Parts: sequence; structure tokens; C-alpha cells
Amino acid sequence: MQCQICNKRTATIHLTEISEGVRNEMHICEQCAAEQGIAAQSQMSINELLSNLLASQPSDEELLAGADEVSACPNCGFTLDRLRKDGTLGCPHDYEVFQHSLMPLIQHAHNGRSTHCGKVPSKVPCETKKLVELSGLRQELEQAVRNEDYERAAELRDRMKQQE
Amino acid sequence: MIPMKLTDISNDINDWFSGSGPLADIVVSSRIRLARNLAGHRFLHSCSAEEKSEILERLKAVVVSLDLGDEIVYFSVDQAPVLSRNFLVERHLISRHHAMAKGPRGVVIARREFFTAMINEEDHLRLQVLKPGCQLSACLDQIDRIDDEIEKQVDYAFNPRFGYLTACPTNLGTGIRVSVMLHMPALKMTGQIEKFLAAAKDMNLAVRGLFGEGSEATSDLYQISNQVTLGISEQSIVSDFEGAIIPEMVEYEKIARRQLLAKQVDILDDKISRATALLQNAHLISSQEALSLLSHLRLGLNMREHMQASTPAIDRLCALKGRAEVADPDGGLSIRTINRLFMLTLPAHLQLNYGKSLDAVHRDALRAKIIRQALHQPTQGS
Repeated sequence: MQCQICNKRTATIHLTEISEGVRNEMHICEQCAAEQGIAAQSQMSINELLSNLLASQPSDEELLAGADEVSACPNCGFTLDRLRKDGTLGCPHDYEVFQHSLMPLIQHAHNGRSTHCGKVPSKVPCETKKLVELSGLRQELEQAVRNEDYERAAELRDRMKQQE
Repeated sequence: MIPMKLTDISNDINDWFSGSGPLADIVVSSRIRLARNLAGHRFLHSCSAEEKSEILERLKAVVVSLDLGDEIVYFSVDQAPVLSRNFLVERHLISRHHAMAKGPRGVVIARREFFTAMINEEDHLRLQVLKPGCQLSACLDQIDRIDDEIEKQVDYAFNPRFGYLTACPTNLGTGIRVSVMLHMPALKMTGQIEKFLAAAKDMNLAVRGLFGEGSEATSDLYQISNQVTLGISEQSIVSDFEGAIIPEMVEYEKIARRQLLAKQVDILDDKISRATALLQNAHLISSQEALSLLSHLRLGLNMREHMQASTPAIDRLCALKGRAEVADPDGGLSIRTINRLFMLTLPAHLQLNYGKSLDAVHRDALRAKIIRQALHQPTQGS
């Protein structure tokens, strides 16, 4: 593809701008981009784009609706007092039943993290798998932005788009 | 499945402790453990004895049917005498917690001991893969495949937000514990072990001794493992270990070894010479002391093999010939010989191979005799 400005060199920078619902695409070479001061602008827009992307992803709280707190698990009778005493939960349901109470402990144990990203059993429905994968990609994207690794961030952004 | 005879394996070291594999002069072994629980059951602590038995039978049937490319044996931990349980702990086939727990429980073991599955430990299932040297990626590949096979036959407790649900929230998410056992004697000798411990703490890693949680750092062996299991993928954890954590830790020890050779050779030679002399001459030696002294011999042999180090003490050490039951068939003194002495003189190994229980004094005498025989000098007779 040729540069839209000089019509000579190969276009290596591809800009997409969406303004008031209208989509504009621009394909230009590096030299023309530098002359137009677009390189610096594109750096800004990547940051903005990533911020928007992150903001548009479901938050941890939205991934699962919070369960109401009760004093004892209806399934196993477990109470939080027993966790303090034994250090273990009573049954898998306790994670939902006591989600809000457990959250500070979970985040403390896992360096502030509160959402799974990693292996998912093959029997789990596709939608759930997608949710976990998106959560993982979102965390990786955040890390890439923090590390200013924009190449990796763009790659992750594209993968997230494919998943959606 | 065949019944387990512990004496079939008690006369030799297992593969993960063979002293082979990548970076083996410092990274003794790699281990990955996965914690899993069955859906539809309470966590173990809240289970009745009947429910524990049901879980045990269900998981035992599934795990022993796996095709691991090795003979599979099952060992009933709750019915075993204390000595047998201690033996399994010494070989890292079960945890101390599993050995001491109550109620129906067992362990499935691949005969070559690269894989174990503890049933009814803190979680319903604790899978473990162990390999010699730095081989975490290979451990992850293998344990992932085994986990997939098991999962075809059972439903794991899983939640999209929290991942694999575990009895203790500290294992939540991936349920993975990645650990490597590092031999760090030079850091200790040069008074820099605190630097290593501080670095591990900064990296949010747990540091434990030879026998895991609660054990002290015996024999300069340290197990470092991840603490965060939620919000980070299994591959990322392993990549962090292989790409950053292990190289950094290994470099600390390598620098200390170079420092000993360049500037503190007297300290190095003193430790190796004293260790050699004590082990060759002692008539009573505790397990703790033996582990500590054998660590210095291992350092000397590794420095010769990997750094071509030549000092008076290392030269004398390398001239020794192994002998007797614990030495290598070729009679040479190698890392494998040292590791054999290391493991075979642990209290439960010693007693199991002797055929009966021994009190502490008799154990110390037997241990000293085995080590003396293995390290004897042919020029002086035995």
C-alpha cells in the first residue's frame, strides 16, 4: 500500500480515527508521518486507545454478580469464624456465599489480584472460557502499558478484539 | 496397579535427586504442584469419614488408570506405619501434612517417582511432578497433560472469577505451586545468604528448607516457590521463574563461588577439608550434621566439574574413591554418590533399609559407618 501523502513510499503507519461515528483511515509512510508530526500524535492516541479499551472491559466486580452475605453457608454450614480457626473453607460454595468478606483476604494473599486468569477446565462452557481469557488478556494489557511495551499492548488489544 | 513395597525403592535415590539436568550444579530439582477439588463435595476439613472415603476411592480409581509411561503404585497413607510415612516424606512423595493428617487418604506414585498424586491432603487432590535440575517448563507440560486426563473423568470445583477452588484461599486460581530447590553453600560461606533471602522476599517468593514448610534450611538447600496463584497464568509464573528468578538466584551463588576461589580459598578449603575429615572418621553422626557436611562435599565436586576449580582440598576430595553399597557402581566419588549418601542416611531410609527401628544413637552409628565406607581412601585400606 502506498503512502497517501507522498504517493511514493510504502505506507507503514495506519491510523484509524473515529469521530462522531464517522470512521477515517489514513495510511502513510514513516517519513511523511514524521514531517506531519503524526508519530508523536500516534503515541498519544495509542495510550488513549488503551485507556479506552481498559475502561470498556468489564471490571472485576462486574465479572460475577456479588452474592449476599449470610452468617452460614446453606450448603455446608461454614461460618467465617471457622475460617479464622481452621484456615480453610467448608465447601466450594463458600467463595460465592462469602465473596465480599473473603475479598480482602484473597487480594492480600495474591498481591492485589482478585480474578483468575490461567487454565480453564475443558468442560467449562465456551462463554466462561472467553470471560477468563479476556480477563487474562486485560491484565496482560495493563502490564504491557505499565512497561510501555506498546507493540505487545497492540498485539493484546487485537487479540481482545478477536475475542469480543 | 500393584501394591507398593517401599523397600523396592529405598536402596537408591530417585531421579529428581540424581544431580543431573540443566543448571544442576545449583538447581537441584524442579517441582510443580496443582491443587484440585471435586465439585459437589465439601472441602476435606468439613468432610465426614464416609465422604473422605468416597473421594479417595473415586480419585484413586481415576489416577491409577492414567497412562504415565511408567508403573503406577498406590500407597494407603492412613494405614501405613509412621516409619513408612516418614520415608515417603523424606523422598518428597507426600507432604508432612499428608503424613500426619487423619482419615482415609493415600498417594499414587509413578515408580520412577517423577509424579505423585496425594489424595485427601489439604485439598482432595494434589498433583505433583518432579524433575532433576532446572526443568520447570517440562514439569508444567507434563502436569498439565495429566491434569487434562483426570479432568476428562471428574468435575473439578471451578468458578469463572476465582478459578480452581481450593480449601485455603492462598491456593486459589491456578492452584499451582512452582518451586525449585537451590543449593547455595557459597552464599552461606561468604555471609551473603541474607542477600538471597531478601531478593526472594522482594520477588514475593516463599523460601523453605529441604523438607518444605516449617523445616529449616538444612544443608544449604533452599526451596523457593511462588505465593501468588490467582490472577496470573501458569505459563507466566513458570516464565518468571525461568526467565528472571532462577537466573538471578543462580548468578548470586555463582558470583559467591567465584569469590571464594579468587579471594577466600582458605575458607573454602577449610570447609571442604573439615567436612571430608569428619565424614571419613566420625563414628556417630546426626542427620543434621551429615546433611550439612555433605553439602560442602557437593560444593567441592560441583566446583571441579563446572568451574574446573583446583584447590588442595578439592583435589584431595576428587581423588577419593567411593565404595560399598551407597557408592556408584564405578566406585568413583560423584555428585550422585553424595546425593545417595544424603538421602539414604536420612532417618527413615536408614531404618527401612536396616529392616527395623533404631534409636537415635544406633542411627547415628549406622549413618557414620555407611558414610565412612563410602568415602574411604583406598591407599589407606578400609
